[in-house]
Amino acid sequence: MWDYSEKVKEHFYNPKNAGALADSNAVGDVGSISCGDALRLSLKVEPETEIILDAGFQTFGCGSAIASSSALTEMVKGKTLDEALEISNQDIADFLDGLPPEKMHCSVMGREALQAAVADYRGEEWVDDHEEGALVCKCFAIDEVMIRDTIKANNLSTVADVTNFTKAGGGCSSCHESIEYILEDELKARGETFAPAGVSIAAAAPTSTPQQPLVSIDTRSSAPAEAAPGAGLYARIKKIEQVLDDIRPALRADGGDVELMDVEGKNIYVNLVGACSGCQMAAMTVGGIQQKLIEALGEFVKVIPVEKKPAAVQMGGAQ
Amino acid sequence: MSNPGLADVYLDNNATTQCDPKVVEVMMPYFTEQFGNPSSLHSFGNKVGFALKKARKSVQDLLGAEHDSEVVFTSCGTESDSTAIMSALKAQPERREIITTTVEHPAVLNLCDYLATEGYTIHKLEVDGQGRLDLAKYEALLSDKVAVVSVMWANNETGTIFPVVEMAEMADKAGVMFHTDAVQAVGKIPMNLQDTKIHMLSLSGHKLHAPKGVGVLYLKRGTRFRPLLRGGHQERGRRAGTENVTSIIGLGVACDLAQENMEHENTAVKAMRDRLQEGILAAVPNSFATGDVDNRLPNTANIAFEYIEGEAILLLMNKMGIAASSGSACTSGSLEPSHVMKAMGIPYTAAHGTVRFSLSRYNTMEEVERVIEAVPPIVAQLRKLSPYWGENGPVENPEQAFAPVYA
Repeated sequence: MWDYSEKVKEHFYNPKNAGALADSNAVGDVGSISCGDALRLSLKVEPETEIILDAGFQTFGCGSAIASSSALTEMVKGKTLDEALEISNQDIADFLDGLPPEKMHCSVMGREALQAAVADYRGEEWVDDHEEGALVCKCFAIDEVMIRDTIKANNLSTVADVTNFTKAGGGCSSCHESIEYILEDELKARGETFAPAGVSIAAAAPTSTPQQPLVSIDTRSSAPAEAAPGAGLYARIKKIEQVLDDIRPALRADGGDVELMDVEGKNIYVNLVGACSGCQMAAMTVGGIQQKLIEALGEFVKVIPVEKKPAAVQMGGAQ
Repeated sequence: MSNPGLADVYLDNNATTQCDPKVVEVMMPYFTEQFGNPSSLHSFGNKVGFALKKARKSVQDLLGAEHDSEVVFTSCGTESDSTAIMSALKAQPERREIITTTVEHPAVLNLCDYLATEGYTIHKLEVDGQGRLDLAKYEALLSDKVAVVSVMWANNETGTIFPVVEMAEMADKAGVMFHTDAVQAVGKIPMNLQDTKIHMLSLSGHKLHAPKGVGVLYLKRGTRFRPLLRGGHQERGRRAGTENVTSIIGLGVACDLAQENMEHENTAVKAMRDRLQEGILAAVPNSFATGDVDNRLPNTANIAFEYIEGEAILLLMNKMGIAASSGSACTSGSLEPSHVMKAMGIPYTAAHGTVRFSLSRYNTMEEVERVIEAVPPIVAQLRKLSPYWGENGPVENPEQAFAPVYA
């Protein structure tokens, strides 16, 4: 059984705005091949203000598809069309207190239904530019189509490359076998042979220089992967500092702070100070920082909290 | 689960079964005072060795095997399947083809797909709309290039029974090894392997009220064999590694009980299954039973509810304290609905809404009536949300009325 949040269950057992709106003036029909889900979103839009007065949904799909549809209708009501279009699939997932990685596509379907409905209202034709495939990396919810496209676009040839560009394989590493098969296939298609790197994939140096934007599940945040490994230590540290600066106000509000101590390959050593140090939430904070850094750097990194003993860190004895 | 006063109804016995209390009772001492290694010479080990021997005899009796040495204990059905197929390939390196079916369990299918990448040719026999095989096509594929035929005895999703005894005869005549994955069939279908040409058979303990983590590979005497695990002399060197003694002893008891209950399974359990299917189909429009309904396991009914999705049905049933499973893609997180439904050509809008009810001797007619009452409102509730469903039935031309842009 899936590990659904209480919020998902609530929206599944008692969906809001179920059924088609009788007086709708915008309809979006979309489907997702995985799970075979399909969703019809109907909106009632006030012509003068473009404010969404009411929303209804009909869904052929699983628990999280129904919950995502219900959440979407709740989120868009009262917003203008432009405001509604700002809603990302991640926002829908967040509204539901998260979705299992296999189910993230349900939120993508919600976002697409919204785009389709708005296009319908404005008399535009909505063309879907997103194709979905079998889920490969469960840690970061990356599917096969995205991996193949990224390999093609960037001429990737190692598992480490794929991880650097898509995040796939950057977590538990169980999907490395699948990624290797995809690479074998794609390399064969362009007349090359896949030459895997011995024992450790993580140790393999990236063979291509990132040029394309980092592909991200959240289509909004397509930040350039300027700080991927090999792109210069200075730029990388600057990027890390930038992320920590963004987090700092939140930590300070709780009487704490964070300091960057050292960067050593994939390991990023930080010092949690003030109320953060020794706090029961420290582990959660470190996890949060790590997640933000992974997203910003476009690679898997490990955040390791250390005591402020710079000498020890310099000697590499932080673990 | 959330239905106070009423116990949960478990109708997912093809997934796994409850360990019989009598099985657990016999197992208990082997966790504590009878902890010896059956290979040891001293009395600690000796007693355990005798208990293993007894268990082996029980398995032999249930399978109708000629010799007790034809029973090789493994860790699960999957290990038995892998051992059988890999052994056939290793023992006959010049043979590079395998015959199987499109509806096998992943334990066989995924292994075969992997072997295809290693250069083996895999022939997957197709099935018709009721899940039946074409034996003429099968016969045409048998040749001296084929290392092994691996065909399941009964399908885990629909319960459809394949004519494996006949197919084994055909393979044997052509000089080809025959393996059957019988994890769903053992204990439900009487068998007497000594009268058949089945060379290898897999069974899994937890499908017949024994614990998880124990299986058997039946290996007909004289069948060429190469072990998957090499090491110690356990199982006569055919499966090295210290025996999972307690579970094997439990499996022995479970086999005795299965033998005793074989008739009950094919009369009382079958009657409950038939009532369940008839009751649901009568109350729910646009639903139908899948598979070869006149030739299937006595405990299994697979019902397709059109225009709704299986996971949603399961979640709502679970809320009512009813456990079953579904062939929808969503329940597994995979891309496609069940490969079995796909192979039978069940339309998309029905394949996603299939629910498998699988009963056991622990179920009662009262439970069955409860499920018959619970299911129709659940289906109605979900159809109300479905874009394919109108006020009183499916919308006209459902596939055209709602044709979403597929991402």
